[in-house]
Amino acid sequence: MNLDNSNGYVADPATRRLIAANLIIVGGTLLLMILAGLAMRVTQGGWLALAPDRFYELMTIHGVGMVGISVLGGLSVMWYFVGQYVKLKPGVLTLNLILFLVGVVMMLVAVFLGKFAGAWTFLYPLPAVSGGAWEVMPAFWFLLGLLLVGIGFLLVCLEIGRALYAGYGGLMNALGWPYLFGVAGAKAPPPAVVATAMSVIATTLALVGGALILVLSLVNLKVPSFTLDPLLAKSIIYFFGHTIINATIYMGVIAVYELLPRYTDRPWKSSKAFLAGWMGSTIMVLIIFPHHMLMDFAMPKWSMILGQVLSYTNSFPVLVVTGLGALAIVHRSGIRWDLVNSLLFLSMFGWMAGVIPAVIDATIVVNSVMHNTLWVPGHFHFYLLLGLFPMIFAFMLYISRDRTAPIGRGGLVFWLYAIGGLGFVFMFLYSGAHSVPRRWAEHLPEWQAYARIASVFIVAVLLAVCYFVVRFLLRFSRFLSHG
Amino acid sequence: MQQTVWLLTVVVVAIIALIFLFVALNSTTRAEYPAVQARAYRFRSVVFWGLILAGIVIAAVTLRELPYTSAQAAPAAQVVNAKGYQWYWELDHDTVKAGQPVEFHVTSGDVNHGFGIYDADTRLVAQVQAMPGYVNRLRHTFDRPGTYRIMCLEYCGLVHHGMIFELQVVAPQNAEVEP
Repeated sequence: MNLDNSNGYVADPATRRLIAANLIIVGGTLLLMILAGLAMRVTQGGWLALAPDRFYELMTIHGVGMVGISVLGGLSVMWYFVGQYVKLKPGVLTLNLILFLVGVVMMLVAVFLGKFAGAWTFLYPLPAVSGGAWEVMPAFWFLLGLLLVGIGFLLVCLEIGRALYAGYGGLMNALGWPYLFGVAGAKAPPPAVVATAMSVIATTLALVGGALILVLSLVNLKVPSFTLDPLLAKSIIYFFGHTIINATIYMGVIAVYELLPRYTDRPWKSSKAFLAGWMGSTIMVLIIFPHHMLMDFAMPKWSMILGQVLSYTNSFPVLVVTGLGALAIVHRSGIRWDLVNSLLFLSMFGWMAGVIPAVIDATIVVNSVMHNTLWVPGHFHFYLLLGLFPMIFAFMLYISRDRTAPIGRGGLVFWLYAIGGLGFVFMFLYSGAHSVPRRWAEHLPEWQAYARIASVFIVAVLLAVCYFVVRFLLRFSRFLSHG
Repeated sequence: MQQTVWLLTVVVVAIIALIFLFVALNSTTRAEYPAVQARAYRFRSVVFWGLILAGIVIAAVTLRELPYTSAQAAPAAQVVNAKGYQWYWELDHDTVKAGQPVEFHVTSGDVNHGFGIYDADTRLVAQVQAMPGYVNRLRHTFDRPGTYRIMCLEYCGLVHHGMIFELQVVAPQNAEVEP
């Protein structure tokens, strides 16, 4: 086992500082967002009397905060590993950090001082039509802050895209299409490069869509006579929201591609099946967003059917190629389990299993009785909490490790996180199966027990995340000194 | 439907968990990778074709009856016009008959809402989005008489959770309902 098997690559000091700063923000914000989530579930359980306006403000911050750090964490993983293969300019990470912080401050002011509570999805025309709950200016500040954060992310994607173009002669080459389609002499790029190319394409297009609808919504706030078609606005919002949150896990999985081979001394190569899987994901992740709009009966029927069918097929690359690839590379490998590879292994389970409730809910007849119940946060918390974040934690623990000593099993904290996370997401799913609506500040008495049980599991998750974050904070200086 | 979906999810997730546990328990001894890989590829083939087959069957079965009502379709015997506002529902009828299709023409007077119909056991039986500028037609036949509730299923602001409307569903012989 050679954990430093990265062809002698050491990230430059500026990159290390910026990635460490990103990860500190991700870890700290995650703890705060879990506390916000706990406050919401405890309120729904009737154990805390949070006023509805405060509840929805927390919900708005929780949503936008979690999406923001998911992207920031995913981009950090991707930037670090792809930096082995292409030359990146760390100045872009600095610019992103500045835009991120400015945007976050604007959103915090909008929510906690301006009482904006239009949810992170800012569904048109809610930001402008609040029923007297907030004024136009806080809505404007929130959307502008979100736009600035998005521009920062977009710059990072464009820089990585530029570097891939320079290093591989184009994004199609970085996706391995010439090799896939049998072009003579073509070589398959490493899995990290393939996943990066796909993530950059998906995230860039999502962010352009997001920027478009944010700008249009901002104009609507300032010039109310400028109106949008609500169905078109919703379509663009879900294209943006669905695509970007899905792309985060494609960024995070790069840690799995890079680190599991080092632990098992087995190569993870870009086979044709692998490249075909990623090609399928690249296309499908951009066009399956109508599965969020299956209850908008005004949508064309063909788009709904396509939404269902593509949701099924989009899961194949994950389940069949990457998931089984991870199982194969670990099976009878002689791996010595530690906290990092355990989290990576858990992340593959979380991703594969988290797909299941999502795919089922994308079935139109099921969606009729599941859409916008707690089933929905059940499935996205599944693959974020047990898929993406274990990848990010593993990355944090890996780069801050002591190179002279084993990382340690961390058995207790690992199982605390895994069981706490599973219990938490299953309570969401169970609540959804019992028709409990999502985004309700007050629950009916018959629903409160579900929220209370979920709260206990959140505490377990919180304790484990505290451990991961504190451990990183205590040790990240090693990453700064050694790379 | 909800129970089936829940059980299916639990079973499939449990199977995936067992596969991961099996691999984890068989990971600390070392075998040559080509042999492991060959076995994994065979398993992958089975999973791949199994999923394709399952996907085709499930899609064929579930796409046969969709909840969408064509705008050209003849209206049902009972029509209810429903409009969502921050934060109440306005329906032109509050009583309908069981056993006969009801067509809800659903829209919104301000922002997006979700028109969710809950039965007396607080079980969601049907839903459609209520969107300003659009009228969505939801057709539903109530199996049982009773007091149903319309709850909002799309976040719409401060009193989203308070948008509840009671709909009486009566047996056809007891009906005093205008068609």
